[in-house]
Amino acid sequence: MTVEHVDGDDRGDVLLYALSTCQWCRKTKELLIELGVAFDYIYVDLLEGSELETVFEEVKTYNPRVSFPTLVINGRSIAGFQEEAIREALGN
Amino acid sequence: MKPEDIPDEEVDRRYRQLDEEAETGGYHLNPDTAFTRSLVRGLIVNERRYGYMGCPCRLNTGNKEKDLDIICPCDYRDPDLADFDACYCALYVTEPILTGQKELRPLPERRPPPEERAHLQRPAPARLSLPLPVLRCRVCGYLCARTEPPEICPICRATKERFERFIE
Ligand code: SF4
Repeated sequence: MTVEHVDGDDRGDVLLYALSTCQWCRKTKELLIELGVAFDYIYVDLLEGSELETVFEEVKTYNPRVSFPTLVINGRSIAGFQEEAIREALGN
Repeated sequence: MKPEDIPDEEVDRRYRQLDEEAETGGYHLNPDTAFTRSLVRGLIVNERRYGYMGCPCRLNTGNKEKDLDIICPCDYRDPDLADFDACYCALYVTEPILTGQKELRPLPERRPPPEERAHLQRPAPARLSLPLPVLRCRVCGYLCARTEPPEICPICRATKERFERFIE
C-alpha cells in the first residue's frame, strides 16, 4: 500500500485520502502540516489495479460519493476542505 | 505521470489558452493564479494519463465513456457556478469572485455517487415531431436544431460527444 506518513503530534488516527492533482486536497494537507499533527495520506489517483479497488471501496465506506479530499480522523470522516470541521475534530 | 513532471512553460501556455477561451465564452478562471496554475497542471497530467482532460479534483477511471461527465469543463460546472460561484475544483469562478465582492469557499460534490451515475447519462428526449432534432450541450445548455452536433460547442468548447438529443 502506498501510504505516506507525515510526522507531528499524535492526535490518534488521521488518514487523508487525496488526489495528487486536486487543490482542495493540497490545502487540506497543508492545513494538517500547519496544525502540526501526525498523519498518513494516500494519493488515490496514483494507485492501480487491486490496490486502487481496495482503497476506492474503503473511501466509499466513509464517503459514499467517493469525493476528495476525504479525511478520516479517529473514525470520523470529513469530505472536502472544511477547515473549521477539521480544526474542531483535531481539537485545535 | 505526476504534476511535477509537467514543464512550467507548458502550464503557462495552457493557462493562457484556457483563460482566453473562458473569457470569450463569458466564463472566468480563478484569479488566484498559483491555485489556478496548479489546477491547469493537473488537467495536463490527466490528459497525459487518460487521453482526455479529466477533472483534477475527481478520481478518473481512464474509461472515457464513464468519465464523460467529468471531462473539463464538466457537466456540473454551470450549476455549481450558479449555486456556489465556482466549479467544484474552483478553476472557474463567477464575476463576483473575480472582482473580490464574494469570497471563494469550498463547495460540496454535486456528481452523484457511483451507483447512481449510469441512468443519469442520457435522459430520453421530449417528442414534438420537429423537422430537425434539437441537440443540447450537457455542459453549458447551448441548443441547436440539426441532425449532428457541432464538433466543438461554440459556447463552452465541449466536444461533440457531450451533446444529447433534447427534443425530437
Ligand atoms: S469545470 Fe469541472 S472538471 Fe473542470 S476543473 Fe471545474 S470542476 Fe473540474
